[in-house]
Amino acid sequence: MWQAFNLMLLVVVPVILLTLFFAWRYRAAGGKGAYRPDWDRSPIIEVTVWGIPIVMIGILATWVWDKTHALDPYKPLPGSEPLRIEAIALDWKWLFIYPDLNIATVNELAFPVGKPLSFRITSEVAMNSFMIPALGGQIYAMAGMETQLNLQADEIGTMQGRNMQFSGDGFAGQTFEALSMSQDDFDAWLSNVRQSNSHLDTASYADISKPSTDAPVRYFSTVPPDFFSKRVAHFMGMEHEHNPNVKAADQ
Amino acid sequence: MTENASLLLGRLGLDALPFYSWVAFSGALVTLAGGVGFLVLVTWLGQWRALWTGWLTSVDHKRIGIMYIVLALVMLVRGFVDAIMMRLQQAMSYNREGYLPPEHFEQIFSSHGTIMIFFMAMPFMTGLLNYIIPLQIGARDVAFPVLNAISFWLTFAGAGLMLISLVIGKFSTAGWTGYPPYSGVEFTPGVGVDYWIWSILVSGVGTTMTGINFVVTILRKRAPGMLLMRMPLFTWTGLCSSILIIFAFPALTVSTTMLALDRTLGMHFFTNDGGGNVMNYMNLFWIWGHPEVYILILPAFGIFSEVVATFSSKRLFGYPSLVYATAVIAVLSFTVWLHHFFTMGAGANVNAIFGIATMVIAVPTGVKVFDWLFTMFRGRIRFEPPMLFTIGFMCLFVIGGMSGVLLAIPPINYSTHNTTFLVAHFHNMIIPGVLFGYLAGYMYWFPKAFGFQLDRVWGARSFWFWMIGFLLAFMPLYALGLMGMPRRLETYGNPEWQPLLIVAFVGACLILMGIISLVMQLWVSVKNRKALVDQTGDPWDGRTLEWSMPSPPPIWNFDNVPVVSSRDAFHEAKLSGIPLPAAEEDSPLSVPKNSVMGPCMGVAGMCIGFGAVWYIWWLAFAGLAIAVAAIIGRSFVQSTENDVSFKRGATTT
Ligand code: HEM
Ligand SMILES: [Cu+2]
Ligand SMILES: [Cu+2]
Repeated sequence: MWQAFNLMLLVVVPVILLTLFFAWRYRAAGGKGAYRPDWDRSPIIEVTVWGIPIVMIGILATWVWDKTHALDPYKPLPGSEPLRIEAIALDWKWLFIYPDLNIATVNELAFPVGKPLSFRITSEVAMNSFMIPALGGQIYAMAGMETQLNLQADEIGTMQGRNMQFSGDGFAGQTFEALSMSQDDFDAWLSNVRQSNSHLDTASYADISKPSTDAPVRYFSTVPPDFFSKRVAHFMGMEHEHNPNVKAADQ
Repeated sequence: MTENASLLLGRLGLDALPFYSWVAFSGALVTLAGGVGFLVLVTWLGQWRALWTGWLTSVDHKRIGIMYIVLALVMLVRGFVDAIMMRLQQAMSYNREGYLPPEHFEQIFSSHGTIMIFFMAMPFMTGLLNYIIPLQIGARDVAFPVLNAISFWLTFAGAGLMLISLVIGKFSTAGWTGYPPYSGVEFTPGVGVDYWIWSILVSGVGTTMTGINFVVTILRKRAPGMLLMRMPLFTWTGLCSSILIIFAFPALTVSTTMLALDRTLGMHFFTNDGGGNVMNYMNLFWIWGHPEVYILILPAFGIFSEVVATFSSKRLFGYPSLVYATAVIAVLSFTVWLHHFFTMGAGANVNAIFGIATMVIAVPTGVKVFDWLFTMFRGRIRFEPPMLFTIGFMCLFVIGGMSGVLLAIPPINYSTHNTTFLVAHFHNMIIPGVLFGYLAGYMYWFPKAFGFQLDRVWGARSFWFWMIGFLLAFMPLYALGLMGMPRRLETYGNPEWQPLLIVAFVGACLILMGIISLVMQLWVSVKNRKALVDQTGDPWDGRTLEWSMPSPPPIWNFDNVPVVSSRDAFHEAKLSGIPLPAAEEDSPLSVPKNSVMGPCMGVAGMCIGFGAVWYIWWLAFAGLAIAVAAIIGRSFVQSTENDVSFKRGATTT
């Protein structure tokens, strides 16, 4: 980012300074510069003023091409096998499913530090945008569709995550805590979640799906298989069923 | 459409009145008072007839232009009230509610954005095009004067619907972009989104016709010798902008119509279920939306070009470059819409290509800035208010351009999208770029339209308030955006944000002073109009044809249409002392007659819109019937022109 910024400053700062300087030097009341009322072209200046932006944008363009590919949010991060997490946007909270660990949480996302995280993201409601600003960029969450994001925390700590895309009355409070912890702490956290006697099922899902603001953290010790995929798929049917336990979209 | 809709009143009931909150109630009261006050004033002054024949039914492009600009200035105030309310809310809502509940805050950002874009900037631009372009190209009117009046009245009807929503019912909470599925009935069942849809649909039809009108006017009605490459830059940018309107607005009409079908008839274009796809809406919306920002800013570039040449007392530097740059921008503006949703999950190739395409637009834009810079070089610069706004623009705009390029870099966009960084960026383009341009145009051409100049001191004060106010109001938002503050946020829990938001509020207060200075400027100038009178018709030592006629111009503009033999022909004629030769004309001097088509279509548009919002279907059909009847009726009008040859040579209307 700073590279691009500095490169542009090379042009922007002189333009601002020149504007002010010309305004002062060629002022009608007492200005000193020459007056050439009919001078309106100069091939050298023309070539330069087309040339400078072209060269600059040319440099930026190659840089953009590289960076966009290097930092593609869909690109898996190098290193160990990633921790898979599935995020579902609800009104106005986030449900996180850990399919390999068979647990789920509401509004709390814990993970081991240094571990690549691979997210699949969707929405049960209006369009949301999933972001943990301290870790990286955002990606939309859309009903009936799956988007992806790969993140990794390099330090231990508590971060804020949130929905960035306005989605209704509870939008302002639609935040969650992202906890980056040591492997030991994570294991402890995991067994704590597993102790919960709530299970993610039709009834509990219907319950957390009810619109609510500043929803408290909740733990679910089990999750039905393929839960996330079914939530994505159920919108694709033509039936007018808005009830979470639709089976139709299984395959 | 089941919620106990009655045949007579649709879903309109007493609960639509704003008794639910004092903020809403005061807003409604001010709106009502404004409307009633206006009616009372006209009656009091006994001016109904003059208003009707002189303005409401006028098809004179100059009168229509002025009405557009009056509408724009009123809506600027209305939109600004929204803005400062949001600033106040965010300045105080750290860890608490503030004074606006979420739903109200949502209506305010939605109406602010909608008003500023559709009912402030668009009418301001159209008004300036209307007043100036025929004068600049040596035409007696636009190509289709009655259509022009209809366009105005449809815009007015759209704005009227917006204002009505303040009193009856509520406005949309879905932002100025109205993204589904949130804007669908499932999430926003009330009338708000319907108000939004119908006000921009009705005015959008008017805008489309304006685009057609001005393309034909500029291509067909130029004075002899006014070759394309001799046209003033404001006319050039007006042409490009009108072409963009013709190609872009249908996309908006289609996307909002489809949204209306989803909402009203239960279709599934953009719903979550039933096979709908929200991504189609976003694509359609931004295929209009990105060109729209160039529709707004190109004419402002044109104004800056005129102003910088006039007040530097110098020929415009690099005219061909500026023309080609404008045309290139116009074409490229259709190739970048995807940069509004890099975060939708498209692949790296797609995002990179659209990012680069976006940056390419920076090239012709940069060229323009340099050309203005070299117009000032070796000139004799007079710091009249329009020139102050131009210099302010040049300094601020490059900053906005820089943040725009940063946003166009997908990996940066992932972090800054949907944050106040984006809000700062587009205000940085739209206030110094668009609004400063229009204000410069307003102060530059005001003496032409009214025969006296605007007060310089209040003009300069307004400029400084706007300039400093802008910096204070929006620079903090860049920082907040980088700190991760989302846009459209009603409350927040981050203590680091509050000081910056308070600075932004102070900035908005300075902008308020800038707006008050504009009002003062008008007031003082009207009072001193004798002293400020413009006798020559050419108060600034202008270069283009509009300065060759008296101020204000006669209704037929040119006693004799001039023959043009060069760019800046009027300026050269002044230097050489030889007036421009008169063209031979084969028809008598005539002007189009007044027509009630405009007001009829305005009423029709308002009925259709209001009826459709509230499901009062008889009213919507009545509106449609009025429109059809007016068109049929018009076809029976035989005599549409008044011969005014006998008045030729008289210098006042
Ligand atoms: C006059 C001073 C202005 C101030 C103080 C101001 C302030 C604001 C604020 C506080 C927001 C909400 C930001 C957020 O969502 O967090 C906003 C949004 C917006 N403003 Fe302005 N604004 C001003 C002028 C304008 C002008 C002149 C235009 C356009 C011609 C404009 C167009 C918009 C748009 C399109 C939005 C987005 C609305 C949405 O989120 O849907 N504003 N403005
Ligand atoms: Cu449905
Ligand atoms: Cu764009």
